[in-house]
Amino acid sequence: MSERPLLLEARDVAKHFGGVKALRGVSLTIRQGEIYGLIGPNGAGKTTFFNCLTGLYVPNGGSIVFDGAELDTSAPHKVAARGIARTFQNIRLFANMTALENVMVGRHQRTRAGVFGAIFRTPATKAEEAAIQRRAEELLHYVGIADRAQDLAKHLSYGDQRRLEIARALATEPRLLALDEPAAGMNASETGELRTLIEGIRKDGITVLLIEHDVKLVMGLCDRVAVLDYGEKICEDVPAVVQKDPRVITAYLGAEAQPAGSEVAHG
Amino acid sequence: MNWNTLKHDRRTLWAGYAAIGIVLAVLPFLVGAGLGNAWLRILNFAMLYIMLALGLNIVVGFAGLLDLGYIAFYAVGAYLYALLASPHFGLHWPVWAILPLGAVVAGGAGALLGAPTLRLRGDYLAIVTLGFGEIIRIFMNNLNAPINITNGPQGISSIDPFHIGNVTLAKPLVVAGITVPSLHAYYYLFLGLALVIIFVTIRLEDSRIGRAWVAIREDEIAAKACGINVRNIKLLAFAMGATFGGVAGGLFASFQGFVSPESFGLMESVMVLCMVVLGGMGHIPGVILGGILLTILPEAFRHAAVPLQQAVFGKVVVDPESLRMLLFGLALIVVMLYRPAGLWPSATRKRELQGGSK
Ligand SMILES: Nc1ncnc2c1ncn2[C@@H]1O[C@H](COP(=O)(O)OP(=O)(O)OP(=O)(O)O)[C@@H](O)[C@H]1O
Ligand SMILES: [Mg+2]
Repeated sequence: MSERPLLLEARDVAKHFGGVKALRGVSLTIRQGEIYGLIGPNGAGKTTFFNCLTGLYVPNGGSIVFDGAELDTSAPHKVAARGIARTFQNIRLFANMTALENVMVGRHQRTRAGVFGAIFRTPATKAEEAAIQRRAEELLHYVGIADRAQDLAKHLSYGDQRRLEIARALATEPRLLALDEPAAGMNASETGELRTLIEGIRKDGITVLLIEHDVKLVMGLCDRVAVLDYGEKICEDVPAVVQKDPRVITAYLGAEAQPAGSEVAHG
Repeated sequence: MNWNTLKHDRRTLWAGYAAIGIVLAVLPFLVGAGLGNAWLRILNFAMLYIMLALGLNIVVGFAGLLDLGYIAFYAVGAYLYALLASPHFGLHWPVWAILPLGAVVAGGAGALLGAPTLRLRGDYLAIVTLGFGEIIRIFMNNLNAPINITNGPQGISSIDPFHIGNVTLAKPLVVAGITVPSLHAYYYLFLGLALVIIFVTIRLEDSRIGRAWVAIREDEIAAKACGINVRNIKLLAFAMGATFGGVAGGLFASFQGFVSPESFGLMESVMVLCMVVLGGMGHIPGVILGGILLTILPEAFRHAAVPLQQAVFGKVVVDPESLRMLLFGLALIVVMLYRPAGLWPSATRKRELQGGSK
């Protein structure tokens, strides 16, 4: 596993909110083709790390190298163009667009049609539009909600909304897919399906960065796991080692260490 | 759907289009003969307002950016036409040069005024755009000294009528033996351009650009994360919307023969916004309906108010202008209470307000 080339290298990423040091110089490396877990107690800074990575927050320090070149996080669309896509902890879909349209929006930056093409519907635009739709349909099928294509996003069930968000993220053709608690609010069978989906995504050559509170899912799915606590990375290793690390057990699981494999309550 | 019903649907569709086409073609003659030229002018204004409402709909309805200064772009188009085709500067540029130029200049003004507002949303955006709209009007009002550019509050008069070569719409035209009076000719011109703008709007809505606008309206952060350059797409919405306003403004100047800052006040912006909101924000047929209704109903009311009061009370009790505003406000409240998505909302908006179930 360690022979795999690097995909992402974060160096000393720091983010402060006034007095709150949400990230205190976090460094981590993600290798191509792995599923990399990012865990930690509530408020540890996981989502903040995602936001710094995807250009939604301006970090106070540090740098990120992605795919061999410095990542410009000054604007989210630049990050997306480099091949990093994400989902949100509190689902952010285009509520009043259909599921299909949501995914079609994900094709935006990989397509070109402008005002002229739209108005005159040139052959190139027509072909592009057809390709966008075809790709969006494929992706809905891929995540298993093809039958909901024409429903408004907000009318989908919670689990389907999470899948739709993944389909929309995949539409941007990412090399790295960052998922922020994709299993939150899912029941056991939905979580099982999600696991299959994430494994499939990895098999298709997309590296996955996963924030998750469901310990069973993280331990079963991830090749390596980093643990954040109070904005600091306290551990980074394969799941079996992380699980036994005393720092992780005290920091993450608290004093009353729970048996390995149990689900940690999240708020 | 099998092929036969599809073919049948097509046929009824075309029959419907043909019927609408015939009605639109004979409408000015019916209105002119039945109701008189005053109403024909109102009909022409309805066409201009449809163009304005569709332009504002791109900004407010599609991209979700509340713009209260939209009428400024109408003013830019109108003044550009007035300056380039009137004795004021002694310039008499041809229409085919001024109208596209007006569209481009208004579009540029749209992007320029949009740029500082990019980080603002909702109420703040509304207040800043309102300010910009007023600034443009105040410029028009005061740019008569030290160099007289806009002729100040007096406005610019004797503007060239719409003409191409020797064919002018100021005089009756004879086409294939039929005499088309000036007002009728303007009607066909405005109708044609309104149809072009409707066509452009429909095409834009159903495109990569249109989806990006709606995505920004729905969730700006998610749109950014999807790779949309929110700044550019917002500027494009401002520019496109302003372009329509610029074209309508040029037509207004040529039709009216006179422009002054008075025509471009805040009330006009509010009126166009009401057309969009009352008609059905983001829904093209609704916005067109809003444009027609809000042009025609107040005028009908203005015409009816005096005779009606005289018949009932024997004298005029309330000034028709204030009564008009009163009823207009009342109508707004009633529509917003009972049809919050507008008179003719899109199917999706309707579903949304009916609460979830498909
Ligand atoms: N926009 C913000 N403004 C101020 N403080 C913030 C902001 N975003 C995050 N924080 C703070 O930064 C810290 C880290 O928050 P973050 O959301 O990254 O945690 P998390 O690890 O994702 O937690 P959870 O598991 O609950 O999602 C918290 O103390 C939080 O209150
Ligand atoms: Mg979080």
